[in-house]
Amino acid sequence: MRRWPDRLLVLSTRGAAVAAASVLALVLGIVLVGAMPALARGGAGFLTGANWSPTTGSFGAWAMIAGSLATAGLALAIALPIGFGCGLASGWILTGAAASSLRALIMVLAGIPSVVLGLWGLTTLVPLIARWHAPGTSLLAAGLVLALMLVPTIALIVDATLRTVPAEQRVAAAALALGRWSTLRAIAGRACRDSLATGGVLAVARALGETMAVLLVAGNVAALPDGLFSPVRTLTGAMALEMAYATGEHRAALFVLAGIAVALVALVLVLLRASGLRPALGAAHA
Amino acid sequence: MLLRLRLVVILLAGIGAMPAAERLTISGSSTVQPLVAEIARRFEERHPELRIDVQGGGSSRGVVDVRSGRAHIGMLSRAPTAEERDLKGTIIARDGIACIVHRNNPLTGLTSVEVADLFTGRTASWQALTGIDRSVVIVSKAEGRATLELFLAHFRLKADQIRAQVVIGDNAQGIKTVAANPDGIGYVSIGAAETDIAAGVAIRLVPLDGVTPTSAAVADATWPLARPLTLVTTGSPSATVQAFLTYAASSAVDDLIIDLAFVPPPR
Amino acid sequence: MRKLDLMLRDQALLGVALVSTLALIGASTWLVIDLLVTAWPRLGWHLLWQAPARAGRAGGLSSILVATGAIVAIGLLLAAPLGIAAAVALSEARSRWADVVRTSLDLLAGAPSIVLGLVGLLLFGDLLGLGYSLATGGLTLALMVLPLVIRFAEVGIRSAPAEQRAAAAALALSRWTTLRRIVLPAALPSLAAAITLSIGRALAETAALVFTAGGSDRMPTSWADPGRTLAVHIYDVALNVAGGDASAAAAAVVLLAILLVVQVALIVCLRCGRSR
Repeated sequence: MRRWPDRLLVLSTRGAAVAAASVLALVLGIVLVGAMPALARGGAGFLTGANWSPTTGSFGAWAMIAGSLATAGLALAIALPIGFGCGLASGWILTGAAASSLRALIMVLAGIPSVVLGLWGLTTLVPLIARWHAPGTSLLAAGLVLALMLVPTIALIVDATLRTVPAEQRVAAAALALGRWSTLRAIAGRACRDSLATGGVLAVARALGETMAVLLVAGNVAALPDGLFSPVRTLTGAMALEMAYATGEHRAALFVLAGIAVALVALVLVLLRASGLRPALGAAHA
Repeated sequence: MLLRLRLVVILLAGIGAMPAAERLTISGSSTVQPLVAEIARRFEERHPELRIDVQGGGSSRGVVDVRSGRAHIGMLSRAPTAEERDLKGTIIARDGIACIVHRNNPLTGLTSVEVADLFTGRTASWQALTGIDRSVVIVSKAEGRATLELFLAHFRLKADQIRAQVVIGDNAQGIKTVAANPDGIGYVSIGAAETDIAAGVAIRLVPLDGVTPTSAAVADATWPLARPLTLVTTGSPSATVQAFLTYAASSAVDDLIIDLAFVPPPR
Repeated sequence: MRKLDLMLRDQALLGVALVSTLALIGASTWLVIDLLVTAWPRLGWHLLWQAPARAGRAGGLSSILVATGAIVAIGLLLAAPLGIAAAVALSEARSRWADVVRTSLDLLAGAPSIVLGLVGLLLFGDLLGLGYSLATGGLTLALMVLPLVIRFAEVGIRSAPAEQRAAAAALALSRWTTLRRIVLPAALPSLAAAITLSIGRALAETAALVFTAGGSDRMPTSWADPGRTLAVHIYDVALNVAGGDASAAAAAVVLLAILLVVQVALIVCLRCGRSR
């Protein structure tokens, strides 16, 4: 590089990259600083105690960790097959206008804010569940509403990945008189697996981070869930419920919850990397 | 493209550079927030050079912000406690709290003892009270909220004695949750319940110890479970703050109070 | 028999696709109809230019739309240049260092938004002294969308045709010129997608923005004023004000309409980009 404008460009872009990377460090640092007072006192008791009662000074987070994991897990279990089915429909089976319309519908659903979904869940889904088994606001309700949010994410990734399969390969398969299943497995098998993994990871991260929708329909009782119909409180729900007016130790405890929430997402990402599949996030919204 | 970018930057900087009018910050209870926001709007019409911002966050936040100077006025949905004696309070409205059940629940009334038994989990089924053998679904507020504190104080309970099946944050969430649940029972602001009942929401107010919960009963003090919506300040407030407090406590805002389903304070 | 087995699997595949699609269409239609029915009494063009009244149960959404636009603008003005610059550096780097950066961005992308909201409050609100304001909200939004912008920018930058880059190198054009004339124009569709998604994110965020931009429903007159976005307004009117359901639903309808418009704009941009 002879010219100084080029040097400047390289320096500034590299600087930007470093700055971007340090944002995460900043976030983690602030969470740590906020959590310090509670960590110093409680230590590992946070993770194992199941009793959360700020006014009496007990801060056991285990009930909420379980709540977050359970809702995310249930939502994923519901959303993966349905998301796969929809992605399959729009990216593989349907063509032309039908496929585009379906894709458009999926994108619209993807854009519905969690507050709206939560309110709908509270006024429509919860009474239905309550009729079956009280109280209605439950793990099941949270899982269903979350699944509604995750299906578009998964469907769009599956759709985008399947659409990258070259048309000639499908024509060749048809010429060889391969059926649907065989064609899909032979040509797009890896694509399906990768896109489901990517979609799954993104979905879990989103599920673990979701606050409003779950807050409205999950019941928010800080106790270990003992069934599909019991109320749960998630880590993010706990923060949203009490953060605005928490002070001192209570507030620090909520920061510990924040740290745990970030750690869970990190764990999911690490698991994905370890399994060898790299999240192809660029295909997510094509 | 660069020219357009420069124009946008100048425009934004221009917006930021507008001379700041005199500002009043009010923060605190989210129950009181809508009322104070409307009062502030009217007050601003009379004082065009003034700008009032109203934030939520909870009664405790109001106390913290006023003491730290972040807000000029704090909103509380309760009376100041013994530890808050350094704050001066102005009552601007009253709000009654009553139990609500689903519209289809045949319950005719409760005594204080029955309420305590229900909420502590001693009475787990509706069998004894209404003859319907279904488990009671208790809807209670999250710890630290002013409504919960009032409820606990009146029935002489402690926070960890409450056995709730559903925990909620704000008032209307409580109403929606009970409306969604035929076996539910919760406690909310009477005015909010009356407004929603009039709009067709599937809930009913429950008489307590023989007294029917209505806004009128709160107004003439026959309903015991009521709280003063209070504005607090610390030290000696400025003339503007004082003027606002006087206005908010006057009868000029009675229509706003009633519109938001509260009760004007006794004068 | 193998053949029967395969036939069954074919049917099963079709079945899964059909059931899923029907479930999706069913749920969305149900939701949208419920929403429209609830919102009906309060729908009207006045929502766009009238200010909110009666704590949001009457009037319109003008101050809220302005606040939403301002927060999105501030967020993007910060995230876009920083993100594009970082993406330029990342796209050319091949070292481990670049992987570290990408991993940290993945993690940031996955962090729960309420955590970022808390960080934003402490960092921008308290430390920088901006308090509850559009600026705090916008900066926090920038934190949330930065990984998105960088990821999409990188994809876009990489899509610049190799022959054009080679030609530029042969002509000894400076990096800056190459960037400006060849790489960035090629990245435009991806960037447009990133902007659309960022707008979507801003419109959907609730908890994080309540903690940072505040809850005031007044018309903001500067970036230091607090303001409410549509989602925050929907939450407040539905859950904090008696009798606010119809107004909240109407605001939700406006929000969906804006999302649709942005979505259409994105598709148009992509078409323009492709036809170049």
